[in-house]
Amino acid sequence: MNQNPYLPELATLVEVIEETPNIKTFRVVLDDEEKMRNFTFRPGQVGQLSVFGVGESTFVINSSPTRMDYLQFSVMRVGEVTTRLHQLQAGDKVGVRAPLGNGFPVEDMRGKNIVFIGGGIGMAPLRTLFLYMLDNRADFGDITLLYGARTPVDMTYKAELPEWLGRSDVRTVLTVDAEYPGWEHRVGLIPNVLLDLAPSPENAVAVTCGPPIMIKFTLQALKKLGFEDDQIITTLEKRMKCGVGLCGRCNIGTKYVCVDGPVFTYAQLKALPSEL
Amino acid sequence: MDRFLAASQLTALADDLAQTGPVLAPIAEGGSVVFRWYRPGMRIELSRMASTSPKAATFPQTEPLLAVRREGEAKTPTVEATLPPRSRTVVLGCRPCGARGKEIFGPVFLGGVHDPYFARRREDALFMAVVCTRPETTCFCTSVGGGPADTVGVDVLLIPVEGGFVARSVTAAGEKVLAHALFAEAGARSAEADAVIAKANAAMPPQDDFRTAPEKLLARFDDKDFWERQSAKCISCGACTYMCPTCYCFNITDDDLGLESRRIRTWDNCMSYLFTLEGSGHNPRPTKAHRLKNRVSHKFSYYPTIHSGTIACCGCGRCIKHCPVGVDIRAIVRAAQEYGG
Ligand SMILES: Cc1cc2nc3c(=O)[nH]c(=O)nc-3n(C[C@H](O)[C@H](O)[C@H](O)COP(=O)(O)OP(=O)(O)OC[C@H]3O[C@@H](n4cnc5c(N)ncnc54)[C@H](O)[C@@H]3O)c2cc1C
Ligand code: FES
Repeated sequence: MNQNPYLPELATLVEVIEETPNIKTFRVVLDDEEKMRNFTFRPGQVGQLSVFGVGESTFVINSSPTRMDYLQFSVMRVGEVTTRLHQLQAGDKVGVRAPLGNGFPVEDMRGKNIVFIGGGIGMAPLRTLFLYMLDNRADFGDITLLYGARTPVDMTYKAELPEWLGRSDVRTVLTVDAEYPGWEHRVGLIPNVLLDLAPSPENAVAVTCGPPIMIKFTLQALKKLGFEDDQIITTLEKRMKCGVGLCGRCNIGTKYVCVDGPVFTYAQLKALPSEL
Repeated sequence: MDRFLAASQLTALADDLAQTGPVLAPIAEGGSVVFRWYRPGMRIELSRMASTSPKAATFPQTEPLLAVRREGEAKTPTVEATLPPRSRTVVLGCRPCGARGKEIFGPVFLGGVHDPYFARRREDALFMAVVCTRPETTCFCTSVGGGPADTVGVDVLLIPVEGGFVARSVTAAGEKVLAHALFAEAGARSAEADAVIAKANAAMPPQDDFRTAPEKLLARFDDKDFWERQSAKCISCGACTYMCPTCYCFNITDDDLGLESRRIRTWDNCMSYLFTLEGSGHNPRPTKAHRLKNRVSHKFSYYPTIHSGTIACCGCGRCIKHCPVGVDIRAIVRAAQEYGG
């Protein structure tokens, strides 16, 4: 590769969706039509979004490679770049460096029953794989989606939830931490609801992403249900900058999350030094 | 090829080289010696190793990556890569360890991903290194594959002899420089130079054997007590990272200048809490023990594991000498190697 790895593609925001009080979804199209047409990626790969003059940050591409009208990123407002991103509107220009990282091992997941367990903004990386599987429905077995947020207000992709809930070929379960006026779905922490749903580990793969504390208890719940380490897949958040394995901040021992990840099986993570 | 440079001609050489491209040289400033971009009138000091490293020649502390311009009201900015201008850059008078230091970048910056900024600077840099005749107590280049007259990454070796230096070319680019009129016949001084090198090699203290360091450090990974003891003195100041010729971690930030902005990269410091702080508030390296562990292990375990045994350290000892509290990276690696017998 002899291109400049730091040079972003110019892109236009075609749509901005307000998901929650602190999460917005951005739909982005590369300005170079040919590059947009030829753009390919694997579910789970990430991109760096630039707000010129402010900086660049890493977000998972949460649209599916099967739906290439735009690339979608959902951004939680936590600091400088994300705050400025939230101020942008449709028509504004951003920079995109993508795709980066490894993505989900979709080939290995063919024919398996899939259990998605997402918490909060952690639903973003699951969405891309979930949509990919819906668009290749025959390639996969039973699909369960367990998605939780603190309150209904904190749920992303609200506009899509009715469709997901209504589909007969997936089982979608939503949960929030505590009772909330008008909430008709489950109430309870994700790991507890998971134990209650008790998906079978037989020929199954669990894919989970969420805040560290949720991951910790979800892993315990999955173990209790009989899932082995190599049947659990997660995607990590580490602080990143370059995204191409040079700047040196995202390593766990000899592995660089930006290049060797962000997707790992729990078995792979266990083989690494414990520095999560 | 051997030539001779009289000590009295060193300044003239620097003046002349500086006419055709940047020259980075160790300059006496107050009580210290630091690498500066040479300007006529500066005093080059070769008798002591500079406090700073010559890393800036191939990896400046700050460098622009991109320039972004917005013309008038136009929404669409233009984004351009700001590659360094092509011109020969001479590092005049570093030590062999300093020249070797930049070689650690190669497998990372010119491996799977090609960093065009480093590539260009590396290609355009010419290293004229002075043989070390008197090792300091903090020197350990021979323990990491180098030596006082090591030629790895060196284009011209300057060997101190009576009245000046024997300039010995190592590369073709180095040989070209020696065609300069200020260099004279080396003659019998070549033999004197050989003797100086032999003496310099003999003067080095016994070397450490760090071959078992990669697995021994990894074996201590979860040993919190060990790392807390090793980092007890550390104050997380990060001086070690800024002095180091091989540290290559960097940050990327935007510099907004109104109608124009620049994306720049700067040396970063893995000893800082902020280096790995995540958006969720979680930090995988929350204490100085975690961070020192990563710095030492990167150099002596992770990097050698990935890059066929090469230790990511040139043994210059700057991190030991300039550490305000006397943390000694050699001692930490030895402690891990000797752990449990
Ligand atoms: C593989 C990966 C995928 C991600 N996907 C998403 C996603 O889909 N949606 C989303 O909202 N966020 C995602 N993140 C997190 C996102 O990158 C950070 O929240 C963002 O970079 C913060 O930028 P900022 O300039 O607003 O924050 P800053 O002003 O720089 O800092 C605010 C806080 O964010 C932390 N932070 C800064 N930069 C990063 C960084 N690059 N990575 C992690 N933490 C950082 C700081 O330590 C600080 O705690 C992902 C991170 C990674 C590594
Ligand atoms: S983000 Fe730079 S090395 Fe991974």
